[in-house]
Amino acid sequence: MKTYEIVIIGGGPAGLAAAISARKAGAKDILILERDKELGGILNQCIHNGFGLHTFKEELTGPEYAYRFMEQVFEEKIEYKLNTMVMDISKDRVVTAMNKEDGLFMIQAKAIILAMGCRERPRGALNIPGYRPAGIFSAGTAQRLVNIEGYMPGREVVILGSGDIGLIMARRMTLEGAKVKVVAELMPYSGGLKRNIVQCLDDFGIPLKLSHTIIDIEGKERISAVTIAEVDSNRKVIPGTEERYTCDTLLLSCGLIPENELSRNVGVEMNPVTNGPVVNESLETNIPGIFACGNVLHVHDLVDFVSEEAKRAGENAYKFVSNGCKEEKTGKVVEIVATQGARYTVPSTINLDRMEDKLTVRFRVGQVYKGAYVSVYLDDQRIMHNKKKIMAPGEMEQVILLKNKLEAQENLHTITVKIEEE
Amino acid sequence: MRDVIIIGAGVTGAAVARELSKYNIDVCVLEKGEDVCSGTSKANSAIIHAGFDAEEGSLMAKMNVRGNEMMDDLCKDLDIPFKRNGSLVVCIHEEAKDGLQTLYDRGVENGVKGLRIIDKEELRELEPNISDKAVAALLAPTGGIICPFELNIAMAENANVNGVDFFFNTEVEDITVDDDKIYHLRTNNGEYKAKYVVNAAGVYADKIHNMVSENKIKIVPRRGDYCLLDKEVGGYVSHTIFPQPTELGKGVLVSPTIHGNLIVGPTAIDIEDKEGTNTTAEGIEKLTAKASDHVKNLPMRKVITSFSGLRAHETHHEFIIEEVKDAPHFIDCAGIESPGLTSSPAIGEYVGAMMKKMMNLEEKTNWIKTRKGITHPSDLSFEERKELIKKHPEYGNIICRCESVTEGEIIEAIHRPLGARSLDGVKRRTRAGMGRCQAGFCSPKTMEIIHRELGLDYEQITKNGGKSTIVLERTKGEK
Repeated sequence: MKTYEIVIIGGGPAGLAAAISARKAGAKDILILERDKELGGILNQCIHNGFGLHTFKEELTGPEYAYRFMEQVFEEKIEYKLNTMVMDISKDRVVTAMNKEDGLFMIQAKAIILAMGCRERPRGALNIPGYRPAGIFSAGTAQRLVNIEGYMPGREVVILGSGDIGLIMARRMTLEGAKVKVVAELMPYSGGLKRNIVQCLDDFGIPLKLSHTIIDIEGKERISAVTIAEVDSNRKVIPGTEERYTCDTLLLSCGLIPENELSRNVGVEMNPVTNGPVVNESLETNIPGIFACGNVLHVHDLVDFVSEEAKRAGENAYKFVSNGCKEEKTGKVVEIVATQGARYTVPSTINLDRMEDKLTVRFRVGQVYKGAYVSVYLDDQRIMHNKKKIMAPGEMEQVILLKNKLEAQENLHTITVKIEEE
Repeated sequence: MRDVIIIGAGVTGAAVARELSKYNIDVCVLEKGEDVCSGTSKANSAIIHAGFDAEEGSLMAKMNVRGNEMMDDLCKDLDIPFKRNGSLVVCIHEEAKDGLQTLYDRGVENGVKGLRIIDKEELRELEPNISDKAVAALLAPTGGIICPFELNIAMAENANVNGVDFFFNTEVEDITVDDDKIYHLRTNNGEYKAKYVVNAAGVYADKIHNMVSENKIKIVPRRGDYCLLDKEVGGYVSHTIFPQPTELGKGVLVSPTIHGNLIVGPTAIDIEDKEGTNTTAEGIEKLTAKASDHVKNLPMRKVITSFSGLRAHETHHEFIIEEVKDAPHFIDCAGIESPGLTSSPAIGEYVGAMMKKMMNLEEKTNWIKTRKGITHPSDLSFEERKELIKKHPEYGNIICRCESVTEGEIIEAIHRPLGARSLDGVKRRTRAGMGRCQAGFCSPKTMEIIHRELGLDYEQITKNGGKSTIVLERTKGEK
């Protein structure tokens, strides 16, 4: 069996950044396994701009952003295999994978980085009643058809869900000559970035109906109409608010789900809120030597943050390898608790010995907050109280923890992140 | 002119076709859908019933028990998965316990083997997630689970290999009989003639029957909503869990499927529209509530899709399998509702025997009894799989991530006898698109394979025939 220091599952933005940072940290043999026919992941179909503002201080398209990383992978001569599906990983870090050229094969990894990304929630999981005709697509599938395959799914479009891909596709379909009639969002707030609502809906006069959902789908062969209705605060349909829209296409942008089949099978502990692995400050899962980063860990809004997170995963994975692949049992472990409006944090625990001087903790809020405070407590003591003009579930938040502050706290047990109104 | 025309390529039509393919006659099947298994046969509970439900002495009871009996050998011959996971009819009211005895007695009378009434302790041991309200259950070890698509497709493929022609997208619009007692079937694709006609038209069996007979029948589409749950919870129960039956049917069941999902359903609503397969919010709510009576903390949040099917309910709730009295040589298979899937091979056998006698048929010497299914690399050992990919690299290319379906399997599905031509056709043969992402990732890739293998333009590729196209046209700037 061939051995690699680091095997990275997924060659999207997370996998690429992790590979490059592991190499720069000193890793000699790295292998990226990518299931698609090229590196870059979902960025390849994201041909709009707005990527890289944080990382490169300029606006790039998705493919351009991906290529910046791919170039480094090529320069660093990092090995990768395309069209390769990882079938299984084991606790002792044996990776079983398959492709047309090599057939079915096994690789021994000293460390594994999970970077499989996420998938879209399909219609079936939303329980939308009605017929099941052709013409219903998740927004990302439609994006692939339009931007990669070069085909228009239809001309009269309704979009359910205001996730970022749905918003981007509202603009994209409009630019391609389709009529996007409405975007309906079940929640009283959008699931996407503010800038996307402005640039993709407002600028094109596409109405966004908050607290609305689809209650019927018509069309036996191809979709012909949907009925949209308003919902109350319990998400129950308000009778009398029904509106029928004829359409030949329905796009769904109702949430993303990290793709953790491999992680679950090997016994990685999962966070039920993120549907991603529970990780420590090193982005390491409960299984020593298995790390996670990017959308497989928790769904991000901005690829820049994915790259940054993946960089840390790559460095830490190499640290694990260079330390002889031993599980570190020393050091004081502190738990981070998300509560009162903060839905989760990544990471979930911090080993103070292994922590860098600064640690970025990312989280999401569960509702829209205006003028509220992000607070951090070390046990009972509040050490941070930052006022935020607005916070929304569609935009990831962060706090930065300083190692010296944590170490200064005597008998530190729990770090709490919460939202306070005052 | 054909000796026999079968109307309908559902599970009944396919079973009859396979049976008649044993004889030296010219048989064809006319199907209005674009594929076999396009109507009632594709949307049901996927259960092989034991046979204690149907009334003693009824044809339904006889067909059910016989069909159940035939299933092991048939599935072996046709290379399709089948498992006797056993059924449980669960009683949740102390005062309704007598009902279990009635079912037991009826089952014994019908010839169902191994029936046993079990107490709540044994029931909990068998099914830890059973409702706390459960007081007893009828256990039927011969109950089973199967893939209805594969059963239907396999019987049709086998019939086709043995010489039966299938014509798809061919809807019978009118039937007349001439002076020589020859049936003329007018369709949207021209006229077909035959000496004998078998009506296996499912929910349309009344319409077809009423074209030739003065004794009108009525088939009511009885809609049933279902939810299919993620494989993650496929083991939530191991038996098929039924409530006690009511006059509307066997009620909402909870069962593992043969491919490892969990199925919950169906509701029962009589409707007019024979194509009315829309689900409703009330339907889904109702089945969730009903199923929760018998199975506790049902993980309904794990639903990956919901769908609805139509049972071909005949007013008298009995199979009508006979020569139509005022239309000689015209054989009805009407009112084939549940347990139609279970009964199908028995119906095939029964109709075959009937026609053998009527037509004085001779058996072929070269009839091929068995069929080899699509290669499933995931069933192979590591070494076998390695070997397969070495010989045929397309089995090393995963197209459907959720169900681990390879390009090789999809190519096979397209080029088999009666091969797939649509996304649903591929899905029903290979399970590509049947998993938790519901074809989000694989549909563009499957389209590429269909385009390449069948030479269809992208704009011509459909979900399931007719006008169910996936894409409309090239984006601007391209031809």
